[in-house]
Amino acid sequence: MNWEVVIGLEVHLQLATQSKIFSGSSTRFGAEPNTQASAVDLAMPGMLPVLNEQAVRYAVLFGLGIGAEIGQRSVFDRKNYFYPDLPKGYQISQFEQPIVGKGSFTVTLSDGRRKTIGITRAHLEEDAGKSLHDAIPGASGIDLNRAGTPLLEIVSEPDIRSAEEAVAYLKALHTLVTYLGISDGDMSQGSMRCDINLSLRRPGASEFGTRTEIKNVNSFRFVERAILSEIERQSDILEDGGVIIQETRLYDAERDETRSMRSKEVANDYRYFPDPDLLPVVLSDETIDTIRASLPELPEAKCERFKTQYGLGDYDAKALCDSQAMANYFEEAANAGGDAKLAANWMLSELAAQLNANNLALHQAPVSAGQLGQLIVRIKDNTLSSKMAKQVFDALWQGEGEVDAIIERRGLKQVSDSGALERLVNEVVANNPDQVAQYQAADEGKQKKLLGFFVGQIMKASKGQANPKLVNELLNQALN
Amino acid sequence: MTQSIRSLASDLRQGKTSAVELTQDYLQRIQQLDGQLNSYITVAPERALAQAQAADDRLSKADAPLLCGIPIAHKDIFCTRDLTTTCGSKMLANFVPPYNATVVERMDANGAVTLGKTNCDEFAMGSSNENSFFGAVKNPWDLNCVPGGSSGGSAAAVAAALCVAATGTDTGGSIRQPAAFCGITGLKPTYGRVSRLGMVAYASSLDQGGVMAKSADDCAILLEAMAGFDPKDSTSSEHATTRYSEQLSTPIAGLRIGLPRQYFNDQLDTKMSGLLQDALRELERLGAQLIDIDLQQTGLAIPAYYIIAPAEASTNLSRYDGVRYGYRCSDPKDLQDLYVRSRSEGFGAEVQRRILVGTYALSSGYYDAYYGQAQRARRLIAQDFAKAFAQVDVIASPTTPGPAFGLNDKTQDPVAMYLEDIYTLAVNLAGLPGLSMPAGFYDHRPVGLQLLGNHFDEATLLRTAHQYQQTTDWHTQRPGLIAGGDA
Repeated sequence: MNWEVVIGLEVHLQLATQSKIFSGSSTRFGAEPNTQASAVDLAMPGMLPVLNEQAVRYAVLFGLGIGAEIGQRSVFDRKNYFYPDLPKGYQISQFEQPIVGKGSFTVTLSDGRRKTIGITRAHLEEDAGKSLHDAIPGASGIDLNRAGTPLLEIVSEPDIRSAEEAVAYLKALHTLVTYLGISDGDMSQGSMRCDINLSLRRPGASEFGTRTEIKNVNSFRFVERAILSEIERQSDILEDGGVIIQETRLYDAERDETRSMRSKEVANDYRYFPDPDLLPVVLSDETIDTIRASLPELPEAKCERFKTQYGLGDYDAKALCDSQAMANYFEEAANAGGDAKLAANWMLSELAAQLNANNLALHQAPVSAGQLGQLIVRIKDNTLSSKMAKQVFDALWQGEGEVDAIIERRGLKQVSDSGALERLVNEVVANNPDQVAQYQAADEGKQKKLLGFFVGQIMKASKGQANPKLVNELLNQALN
Repeated sequence: MTQSIRSLASDLRQGKTSAVELTQDYLQRIQQLDGQLNSYITVAPERALAQAQAADDRLSKADAPLLCGIPIAHKDIFCTRDLTTTCGSKMLANFVPPYNATVVERMDANGAVTLGKTNCDEFAMGSSNENSFFGAVKNPWDLNCVPGGSSGGSAAAVAAALCVAATGTDTGGSIRQPAAFCGITGLKPTYGRVSRLGMVAYASSLDQGGVMAKSADDCAILLEAMAGFDPKDSTSSEHATTRYSEQLSTPIAGLRIGLPRQYFNDQLDTKMSGLLQDALRELERLGAQLIDIDLQQTGLAIPAYYIIAPAEASTNLSRYDGVRYGYRCSDPKDLQDLYVRSRSEGFGAEVQRRILVGTYALSSGYYDAYYGQAQRARRLIAQDFAKAFAQVDVIASPTTPGPAFGLNDKTQDPVAMYLEDIYTLAVNLAGLPGLSMPAGFYDHRPVGLQLLGNHFDEATLLRTAHQYQQTTDWHTQRPGLIAGGDA
C-alpha cells in the first residue's frame, strides 16, 4: 500500500564557543570526567548563570544564515525535571520566546530537485551531563563536563517526505553551520544530534498520522537507516490494521531497528517558566546588523560564484563548496596554479582519493593548496607530463619537499625541446623500417594502434621524459 | 558593646582597643549568652581571630576601611569559603562551600571580622525563625517570643550585642520584620543593588541581601561596603552606588512622606497606631511633610507573593537531590527512592509546603491562573508604587501588624504566619528598597516604623532614619534581660 511519509527533525547543535553557555568552564571534548565542571555547572548553592554572549551571536548568525526572523527579545526558561545528569533539576532553555523564529532552508536532492523545508524555530539551551554506566563497577557515574555546553535546537516543520530528503537537509544544515563557523559539526563527538519525528498518512490526506519520536541519532547514515526502518515498522502496523502509539523510540544500529524507549511514560510536565536568574536577551537593530555584516559567503552563493568566476561545471562547483575548507583550498590552489579547471580536477580526483584512502580530513592533507598550485604551474608550462605530475603529487604527499625540488631531485623534467625530440623520432623511425612499412600500409584505425608502438619506443629512449603531445605531433609528421 | 561602628573604628585607630580584643570580647559574649538565644548556627573563633589579627596589621598602616576589624556575623544563607553554610536546613547541615558569596567577599575585603553564621528559617522561608533545623531563635527582649524571620538569628545577635552588625536577606520582609521585632535597624536594598551570587536562593526575583545593625549610620557604612554591580549576577544593577554614609547629616526638612490609607486603617492595632503616630509626628517636627496617599493594589501583595515565591523556590530547590552534595538518605534502593527520601528527610515542613505549592502553581493547566495572574498582579503593584513615588519621596508604614509574638503561637497556622508579612511583601514584588527602624515599645517589646523608597534611593531612607535617630533614643535601648556581660 502507498503511504506518504511525514518527517520533522529537531537538530541539537553544539555551538563552538570556548566556554559554556552559562559558566566560564571550557567546552573542550574528551577531557577527564568532571574536570570541566565549575561550581555553576555543578549547581552548587548560590551559584548563578551568566549568559555567554558568543552563543547569542552564533544563534543570531544561524538565524540570519537561513533568513529567519530574529527574536529581538528572547527569554530563557527553566525546563524542570529530575535527572542525575541535570544538576540544577532544570535545564535552562527557551520556550515561548526563542532567539530564532520562522525561516526556511532549500536543499538540492540527488535528482536535482529543489526542496524547501520550513524552520519552525531555533532556540538556545544548555546541554546536560552524561551518565556513565560502566565506569564504576556496581554504580552509575555522572560526568558533568558536557553540562552547560551551548546548544542550538533547530526545529523543522514536518515538511520532509523521505529519508533522502532528511539526509539532504541534515547535510546542507551541516555545511551551513560549519560555513558560519558556529559549530564544528562533528557528529562523532555529538556536536550535531538529531531527533526524528515521523508519521505516515495516505497520500492526499490532510491530517497527520500519529507520530513517533526517534531520539538522539548521531550520523547521517543512522538517520537514513532509522527512518527507513521506522517507515517499515509503521507501515507494517498500519497495513495490519493496527494503530501507532505516540512514543519515544531509540534507533539500535546493530539490529537496524527502532525500539520503544519508554513503555508507560506519563506525559512530562516540565513546568516551564522564565528563569528569574537571567534577564531577557534584547537585541537592537544595530547589534543584529553588526552580526549580519560578519556573515561569510554562504554555500549557495559561493557555488554560483565558482561557476561564473572559474567556469566550473555544476557538479564540480557543488562538490568544492561542500565545505568551506574545501572551497578555500580550491581557490588558493586555483589562484596559485593559474588554472581553476585543473585545480578542481586534481582536488576531486587525486587529492580526494588520497584523503579517502588515508581517512584524513582536508585540513590534515600533507599537500597544501599552494603546493598543488605549484604542481599545476609545472603542468601548464610543460615541465611535467600528467604522468610525471602524478609522481610529484605522490612525492608531495610523502612529504618530500616542494614541487621544484622534487622535479630536480627525481630528474623528472619533460623534454619539450623539438630539436632533441626530432632527433629521437627520426632515430626510432630509422631503426624500425618494418613497423614503418606496416604503419604506412594500415588503415586509419590500425595506424592509431601502431603509433603507440613508436610513442612507447620514444618514451623509453627518453627515459619517460619526452613531452607526449610533442612526440605525437612529430611522429605524425615523420610517418605521413 | 553599644558603640557605633564609627566609634569603634575610632577606638581601633587610637589604640584604645584592638580588633583581636574586640573579637575576643564578642566571642566571649556569644559563649556566655547565645545558649539562651540560639542566634548562631556556627561560631568560628579561629577564623575570626585570624581575620582580627590581619585587621590589626592593616589598621597599623594608613587608609584601613571603616569596617576594618569590626566583628560582624553573616546570615547562614551566605556562602562562606571553608565555613559550613547550612541555610538552616538539615539538607545542607554538612555543606562547606569552596567559595564566598560576593557579599562575604566584599565584607572580607573591607577587613570586617566574621564571628560566625547566624540562625535563620530554613532556606529563608519563615517569619519567626521557628523553621530552622537548628532550633528556634529567642527574642532577646523576651525569651518567650520569636525574633521574627527569616533573618531572626542576625536580628537577635545584633540586638543582644553578640556582633556589631550582621548581614541578612529579605525576600518578603526577612530583614525588616526581625529588625522591628528585635529593636534594630534593618535595610533591604533595591533589587539588584547587592549581588545575589553565593547567597543561596529562595525566590530569585525577590531575594535581596541587606544589612542589620543598631543604627541607620551603621547600616549606611555596611551598605557602602556591600552594594554594587557584580558581573557574576545577571540581575545585579549597574546603577551607580553612592556614599550613603556621607549623606546622613542633610536635614529632612521638606521631605514628603506618604502615608498609605490602606496601611494606616482601622485594622491596625490601636496601640501600634499610637506608637507609629508618635514617630511620624517626630518626623514632621524635623520638617517632613506627611501626605496621605493610596496604594490601591495592596490587597494583591500577599496572594501574588505566595504564588511567585513558592513557584521560584520549587525549582530553585530542585538542585538538592542527594546526588552531588548535601544530605543523602541512607541505602537508596533506586534513583527515585534517592530523590524522594533525600528530599523528604532533608527538607523541613515549611520548605516542603512551599515546594508543593510552587510546583502546583507552575503546573500545566494552572500556570496562567496562578503564576501568570500573580505576575500581572506584580506589575500592578509596581505601577501603584510608581504612582505614589511621583507624589512623595518616602512612604511610611508599620513594619509589622504588632510586636513579636510568642514562640509556637503561629506555627500551626501558616496563613496567620503569612499575614505577618502584610506590610513588607509589596516592596519585594516591586523591587523597591525598604528600611525598618525602632519606633517605640509595645508591652516592653520593640516595634518598627517601615520606610519605603524609590528605586536606588537607599540614601534617602538611611538619611531619614538617621535624622530620626538623632532626636530619639529607641534605637539605643538594649534588652535588659541579657545586657549583662562586660558591656
